[in-house]
Amino acid sequence: MDFLSILSIFVLAVFVGYYVVWSVTPALHTPLMAVTNAISSVIIVGALIAAAAGAITEGGGPSQWLGLAGVVLASINIFGGFAVTRRMLAMYKKKDKKPAASK
Amino acid sequence: MEHAVAATPAWAVLAYLAAGVLFILSLRGLSSPETSQAGNRNGMIGMALAVGTSLILHPTGLPLIIAAIAIGGGIGWVVAQRIQMTAMPELVAGFHSLVGMAAVLVGCSAYLNPAAFGIVDSAGAMLTVSRVELGLGVAIGAITFSGSIIAFLKLSGRMSGSPILLPGRHVLNLGVLVGILVLTGLFAIDAAAGMGQGPLLWIILGLSFVIGVTLIIPIGGADMPVVISMLNSYSGWAAAAMGFTLQNTAMIITGALVGSSGAILSYIMCKAMNRSFISVIAGGFGADAGGPAVAGSAIQKPFKAGSADDAAFIMKNAESVIIVPGYGMAVSQAQHALREMGELLKKEGVSVKYAIHPVAGRMPGHMNVLLAEANVPYDEVFELEDINSEFGQCDVAFVIGANDVTNPLAKTDKTSPIYGMPILDVEKAKTVLFIKRSMGGVGYAGVDNPVFYNDNTMMLLADAKKMVENIVKALGH
Repeated sequence: MDFLSILSIFVLAVFVGYYVVWSVTPALHTPLMAVTNAISSVIIVGALIAAAAGAITEGGGPSQWLGLAGVVLASINIFGGFAVTRRMLAMYKKKDKKPAASK
Repeated sequence: MEHAVAATPAWAVLAYLAAGVLFILSLRGLSSPETSQAGNRNGMIGMALAVGTSLILHPTGLPLIIAAIAIGGGIGWVVAQRIQMTAMPELVAGFHSLVGMAAVLVGCSAYLNPAAFGIVDSAGAMLTVSRVELGLGVAIGAITFSGSIIAFLKLSGRMSGSPILLPGRHVLNLGVLVGILVLTGLFAIDAAAGMGQGPLLWIILGLSFVIGVTLIIPIGGADMPVVISMLNSYSGWAAAAMGFTLQNTAMIITGALVGSSGAILSYIMCKAMNRSFISVIAGGFGADAGGPAVAGSAIQKPFKAGSADDAAFIMKNAESVIIVPGYGMAVSQAQHALREMGELLKKEGVSVKYAIHPVAGRMPGHMNVLLAEANVPYDEVFELEDINSEFGQCDVAFVIGANDVTNPLAKTDKTSPIYGMPILDVEKAKTVLFIKRSMGGVGYAGVDNPVFYNDNTMMLLADAKKMVENIVKALGH
């Protein structure tokens, strides 16, 4: 893929992001931040390539270990981010579903 | 570059694209609470798809990789289960720092082993365009990392929330920023750097770590909603820059989504404070709030103080109550007691609604999450523009731990630092009940609130949680 095709995808995705995010209800802005956090950890793909390639390249040790460290950090974010978003979203309830008021 | 394309089979390109689409759908789901959980599920599927594709494409060194995922995943999972909802702002800041650091690590490993990423020319030197992407990606990642660490320390109270002002910081920051750009340019054309040698990338990295710190330390606590959104945005741009280097559609789409999401949130927060993005970034707001007690005690104006019993009596006999929560509610963890109070009032036939200012709390949507945690149904919670007109008809405005967002000086006093900020018109209610720890502090902006001294205002001076619990007790019989 040449630079210009990648740039096109990027620019279009910025516009998609713009319209999608404006439609997010303000009540869910905190979960929005948590979930964007989780998905931006897709950077793990780069860390995985580094960790895998480092294992088979001569002198690839440093690159491999940096990659593995990246995998650990990104994994914290992926699991933590999605799990905490799930926990938050499960709390948002409508009137009729709420449990009886405790006294 | 052709080489890299040939190395990625068509199915994998499509899988990454599908992951990107699933990420778009995961954000789309957040347009309403009903679809939000399905949205989150889409995000998880997209991530599994992206990771799975990578593992199939590069199946070497798997044992260590699986171990790394297990360690990181385990830590993340445990943290997510244990974290208190009130600690959400610092958790998000902490997570941002990890994205930043991961981008730095990926950038550095690509620099050390460019052939593995397919970003070398026939002579084995790193491509110029890749070097620009790499330099920028590493710089943004490092700024995100150190900036988020500072935000984390401030939000979790490990560091004072008040601004730290270095002399000549604007010149310093600007200089370092220009330096990073110039060095990135040099890095792109330097022959030694292309062969993975020379200190240029490491200098860029070091400078970026420094500027991340110096950019965030002058920004005070109440501006944190902007900072945290801004760092959210940066983490996205870092991922996008790495996506360019790796020519990976999933990373580029995600980076663009997250980048624009954070930028929009920053914009919304700035607008809700009537401040320009530049002035927030420049920092220093609320620097005088260090001695709020002095400002407050300078003029002793008369005010009416009340007790929990008084408040309970007034609200019991009201027809409608609008509750206005702020950061003080989060600090004292009063949300559960508050929900209980609301339930009791509803049993008495009182209409109860909640009004949320966009910058109440320390991050966008902070109050909504805390109320949701306390089981307050989300259809009783309203945003500023939807409820502000109702204060005029309501009997009681119950303000708990919010100050600046209710201050009418924002509408009348042109010299006030909060002038022009949209506020919740609590003073229009027949009675205002204002919970505040003491009369000394005057909110974050260091501005006194005239609502305190109005005839129809009753100050409830106590810890927010204790006061609400006492009101609940008083309502109980």
